[in-house]
Amino acid sequence: MSMEEIFHPLKEPMILGAAISIIVGAVVIAVGLTYFKKWGYFYKNWLSTVDHKKIGIMYIATALLMLFRGGIDALLMRAQTAVPDNGLLDAQHYNEIFTTHGIVMILFMAMPFVIGLMNIVIPLQIGARDVAFPRLNAVSFWLFAAGCGLLNLSFIIGGSPDSGWTAYFPLAGTEFSPTVGNNYYSLALQLSGIGTLLTGVNFITTIIKMRAPGMTLMKMPMFSWSILITNVIIVFAFPVLTVALALMMFDRQFGTQFFAMQNGGMDMLWANLFWVWGHPEVYIVILPAFGIFSEIIATFARKNLYGYKSMVMSMVVISLLSFLVWAHHFYTMGHGVMVNSFFSITTMAIAVPTGVKIFNWLLTMRHGKIQFTTPMLYALGFIPIFTIGGVTGVMLAMSSADYQYHNTMFLVAHFHYVLIPGTVFGVLAGYHYWWPKMFGFRLNEKLGKAGFWFIAISFNVAFFPLFILGLDGYARRMYTYSESTGYGPLSMVSFIGALGLAVGFALIVYNIYYSWKHMPRNEKADVWDGRSLEWATHSPVPEYNFAVVPTVSRLDEFWFAKKEGRDITAGKIEKIHMPNNTGAPFWMSGFFFLAAFFAVFSLWTPAIISMLCVFGFMIHRSFEDDHGRYISVEEVMATEKSLRGDK
Amino acid sequence: MKIDSSLPLEYSTEENRLKIFGFWIFLGAEIMLFATLFTVYFTLETRTGSGPTGSEIFELTPVLWETFLLLSSSFTIGLGVHAMRLGNKKAMMTFFIITLILGLGFLGIEIDEFVTYVHEGATIQTSAFLSALMTLLGTHGAHVTFGFFWGVAILIQVAKRGLNPQTANKAFIFSLYWHFLDVVWIFIFSFVYLKGLIS
Amino acid sequence: MKKKLSLMFIAFGALAILTGCEPLTVFDTKGPNAKTLSDTIILSIITMAFILLVVYVLLAFMLTKYRASKAPADYEPPHEEGSHLLEITWTVIPIIIVAFLAVVTVKTTSTVESQPEGYDNKEPLVIYASSSNWKWHFSYPEQGIETVNYVNMPIDRPIEFKLYSFGPITSFWIPQLAGQKYAMSDMLNTIHLAADDIGSFMGRNSNFSGRGFAEMEFEAQTMTQEDFDKWAADVKANEKPLTEEKFDELLKAEHVGRSSYSSTHLEFSPAPMEHSEHMKMGDMDHSDMDMSEDEMDHSEMNHEDHSQEKSEETHSH
Repeated sequence: MSMEEIFHPLKEPMILGAAISIIVGAVVIAVGLTYFKKWGYFYKNWLSTVDHKKIGIMYIATALLMLFRGGIDALLMRAQTAVPDNGLLDAQHYNEIFTTHGIVMILFMAMPFVIGLMNIVIPLQIGARDVAFPRLNAVSFWLFAAGCGLLNLSFIIGGSPDSGWTAYFPLAGTEFSPTVGNNYYSLALQLSGIGTLLTGVNFITTIIKMRAPGMTLMKMPMFSWSILITNVIIVFAFPVLTVALALMMFDRQFGTQFFAMQNGGMDMLWANLFWVWGHPEVYIVILPAFGIFSEIIATFARKNLYGYKSMVMSMVVISLLSFLVWAHHFYTMGHGVMVNSFFSITTMAIAVPTGVKIFNWLLTMRHGKIQFTTPMLYALGFIPIFTIGGVTGVMLAMSSADYQYHNTMFLVAHFHYVLIPGTVFGVLAGYHYWWPKMFGFRLNEKLGKAGFWFIAISFNVAFFPLFILGLDGYARRMYTYSESTGYGPLSMVSFIGALGLAVGFALIVYNIYYSWKHMPRNEKADVWDGRSLEWATHSPVPEYNFAVVPTVSRLDEFWFAKKEGRDITAGKIEKIHMPNNTGAPFWMSGFFFLAAFFAVFSLWTPAIISMLCVFGFMIHRSFEDDHGRYISVEEVMATEKSLRGDK
Repeated sequence: MKIDSSLPLEYSTEENRLKIFGFWIFLGAEIMLFATLFTVYFTLETRTGSGPTGSEIFELTPVLWETFLLLSSSFTIGLGVHAMRLGNKKAMMTFFIITLILGLGFLGIEIDEFVTYVHEGATIQTSAFLSALMTLLGTHGAHVTFGFFWGVAILIQVAKRGLNPQTANKAFIFSLYWHFLDVVWIFIFSFVYLKGLIS
Repeated sequence: MKKKLSLMFIAFGALAILTGCEPLTVFDTKGPNAKTLSDTIILSIITMAFILLVVYVLLAFMLTKYRASKAPADYEPPHEEGSHLLEITWTVIPIIIVAFLAVVTVKTTSTVESQPEGYDNKEPLVIYASSSNWKWHFSYPEQGIETVNYVNMPIDRPIEFKLYSFGPITSFWIPQLAGQKYAMSDMLNTIHLAADDIGSFMGRNSNFSGRGFAEMEFEAQTMTQEDFDKWAADVKANEKPLTEEKFDELLKAEHVGRSSYSSTHLEFSPAPMEHSEHMKMGDMDHSDMDMSEDEMDHSEMNHEDHSQEKSEETHSH
């Protein structure tokens, strides 16, 4: 590949501008760290951390950055399509933008946000000191960061992928996509996918094996249940993606014939493999949101979650069914009435347990005492708006009708109506809810509420018109349309909604700065008068989570202990065993990043050398004899004393 | 670290039990990985384009040798873990070394098999069938190769540090991995080679 | 919350006005297939609207009655485990709704996947619709003619579109006449439809296939059988035949206007096998052996040219 080809994206002024600002930003950060002599602190406390809370914060920080990136993609798309025959973006750019928008929002925004929250909250909610494999947890994060970084490099060096986030073959093959964009796709997603798979192993082990004494599975908070089930889906779904991406790489870079148009290749195979992973993936991002809403609705209605057993069963059924519906993503592929009918039925069946959950949330509120805090607003906004997404999902599930909806804006509207009011509202709710637990101060309520209203209303303005446009024949992924189609007015409405969404998200980010400056510190442990164990320990949480691991005898033990006037954290303090920090996950992922980067450009020798370094780290880890350290009783007592002011 | 001496060494600490449990979950993921590769293989099995079919290139003799070597290696590693449980470091190491040598033999025959195919004009690029076949076999072979180096690392640690909860835990987990690869091979032998040779 | 719900109602009302007075394309049906689908969609909208209503009413009720500002300061909500009766209710009723929609789905899918009924048992007119980046080729074996980027059809007669692609997966879609279906390179798909009204309808590829995707439209025109026969005879008599060289030129081009030919490309470039024939062949490799020579030659030609073309594109960026 010539230098010209590698750096061709920089010929575009917008991209050049973005590249310059990234470099400037990186330089500013580096200079700042040097000036304030914070490199040591940064390396010791963040780059080499194995603390689940810090790892969670890093995930969420990355997710917010990626929300910004994906959001700009969205604004550009909506601006381009706001009027007919617009010249803001040409077809090639538009195609790259909607491709990266999809990849970024699902894999580098929703996933890390969800995984970040699970990292922060799960050990606290189950009364554990950390996850089962803290170092593996760090590896998961840094591999995710490597994949994320790799994909974000593509738009400056070599060119973004441009065949859609679904990368169907033969379009995504070398014949029709000869630039390296789709190599970035196969390799970046592979890297972060490995990280996610390891998270699955880690959290299943943590939740199954490390709950507080007395906390049987059916006495566990609903968020913990949702995360357990989510991680089981991860373990069974992600290997399919691993294979699919490997076969994609082989076809593109080693001339194999898996998805080729000749020599026996089968382009339909890619679509099947991708969606066997892809459908469970959307349940991976929605189930944690369901879990978060369960916590928040119960907390802010001051009432226990209605139908606990039902809520657990419904998530189990959803996760099982999620593996049986994948072909609804391509009913129009021509596999006949029988196959389409089967998948229609399984897909519609998922609506049943989902509906069960909605009704249980509503009944939780009955006879409650509802407080309209920011997290609660997101949960309450979720119910009516997500349900539109859900019912349009049932509509799409009907294979015959889908022959008209497929690949139109109707579909785009549906999945945004489940992803944004579902996943995004969920993580934003969780973010506002658990923020004081992490940082010891609350986010400002006025700004939080303003952000919510901007987002909730603008979302409907932006996306409801798309249902109508889809029914009017407006296909998706089109960079422009002609005036005679009549799609102009509603597209303009949608663009205005997108602007409103941008304001809402800007308010959320501004809230961080404003609250950091103005909100009172020393927030108490039990910020919201909560029900689960994370509210029994200090805000912010000490390194060891709990000085004394609580014993539990029923669901919401903390809530009942408060009613009975009992201190659930009382007990004898003993020395606490903690793992040591290590920079190895960071460095190893760095070499993995290099290996993948070289592979994108088919530079096999440096790629192999980098992989050998990765194996070197694994060998070193194998021979390492690090047994962690102990925090002494005196140190624990001192920390407890200094934090106790918050009780 | 609390050691429960009523349990075998590899299970004797909390951390050990977590690692074994976690590794079983990981094996669940590996099952999905190989299941996907098998699905791809079965889908593309008949799509040979202008290239050869399985029955045209498969040879029973090397495949039988591969099977014998790998299955025997599972037996020897079982003996090795048993010796480990009895606290017999020397026997354990001997059996593990034999296991790795058998694994190496397996790999040698498989590499020779691939070289033969290429010489016959059956490469990974020839047809969808061959791409799927070689990816499935190659992934299994890559796992065996990784296992070989992993096994060597463990042997060195056992030699230097003796049998303790950490080394026993590693050796046991490795044996789970090795047995898993053997089970995958049984499926490969039956549903790739035997089925291919019969039809 | 109530503020938001009423805002939403106002917004929907405004939207209704903004869409104008014409029916939306999918509901503006001109043939039985599209009509079946349009009716199915409307039925599902009504069913789903009912579910939405139930949820919204319940939510509005909960929020107005149980808000903290309305409750006495010392009110502590009771502990409520759940209710088996309610669980059964809100499981069974959705199952019934889903079962009803499932029956509708199976019936309507079956209907639109088979030849439309009520056309006096006329033999269906077979038209091959094949896509290449970024245009549509229509081959009429019965008439021995071929058109590019437009298709004419007689009304009151079943039509069978045979779909396939010379390149990426595309989706053949004339929304006012029928639902869409994928056109792929290794198998043939069929769309059954019939047109009841004379007119000109929008047709397009709805599956993203690269840079020229947005412009990949075609015109579908319906006319009386007599007019159609006259037009076909006219093309057959007056247009040039489609040679292999001309066809390759067409395949390589990106965007072309309309053209018509007095022969089809099926003679020198047959279509892939039907999916059902594929299955009947079982493990025998007929499809690959027979087709692959022709397919291979062709696609190899496309291969080189396309990739050459592609790199030219990137260079002239």
